[in-house]
Amino acid sequence: MARVVVDVMLKPEILDPQGQAVAQALPRLGFDGITDVRQGKRFELEIDGEVTEERLAQLRDAAETLLSNPVIEDYTVRVEP
Amino acid sequence: MTARIGVVTFPGSLDERDAARAVRIAGGEAVALWHGDEDLRGVDAVVLPGGFSYGDYLRCGAIARFAPVMSLVIEQAAAGMPVLGICNGFQVLCEAHLLPGALIRNDHRKFNCVDQPLRVESTATAWTSAYTNGQNIVVPLKNGEGGYVADDDTLDRLEGEGRVVVRYVGDNPNGSYRGVAGIANDRGNVVGLMPHPEHAIETLTGPSTDGLGFFTSVLHSLVTA
Repeated sequence: MARVVVDVMLKPEILDPQGQAVAQALPRLGFDGITDVRQGKRFELEIDGEVTEERLAQLRDAAETLLSNPVIEDYTVRVEP
Repeated sequence: MTARIGVVTFPGSLDERDAARAVRIAGGEAVALWHGDEDLRGVDAVVLPGGFSYGDYLRCGAIARFAPVMSLVIEQAAAGMPVLGICNGFQVLCEAHLLPGALIRNDHRKFNCVDQPLRVESTATAWTSAYTNGQNIVVPLKNGEGGYVADDDTLDRLEGEGRVVVRYVGDNPNGSYRGVAGIANDRGNVVGLMPHPEHAIETLTGPSTDGLGFFTSVLHSLVTA
């Protein structure tokens, strides 16, 4: 068993209203000094067997096709040690 | 003989009945399609209605885009069949890459429900030929994730090629880039918009009957095709 983590973030040029809401709420709770917040998604994929290069390529394809929308989001795929 | 317009129901669709009613009032035959269908039942055009398909999980429209019926819609759209995506349907069309760009959460972060003034900026599509260029119309707008975004090159291309179909008039209701409310593909057979023309077809229930033109347009384009 292995775990592959896919992080998906809105591209920097795309407005992130949820992140802004969080950024505005933090100082109200006394958490100061945070200048910006961007909110993303983290997917944890449990993989049966070894994560080969070929398997990883398939998972990148999944990240590009379904887990993210490349028009507005960037993604990273990594195998968790 | 009248045209058969399919209206797709996904799990979580809300507005398929209004869309089917709009088709009928415009003079067409509405054909109910199911997300799991592997056959378009010989329809001449398809409407993807508003709602919250698959609970808006992952991203709005992201799961619906892979429904079995969508493979056929994508294939037929490429062959020139008229397809209209309203609200969630617009999100599905963007996720399916039939239209460029994407829809994100409203910039003010609130669900919006208003009678929205719009300007029709392209009548060269299968769904807007009944209007005049520059015509102002009012139809309901109701969504939480209606902000249209695309990169500057895409926006320039859409504007340059006359593919911005409708634009918001007055205050921008959701932060859509350049006030874009709806767009078309390069052929003009695929149109997506966030406002709901199917809710503006009768004065009893809508703010106007301005939305009916979308449905009469497609019937006209199919009958004269």
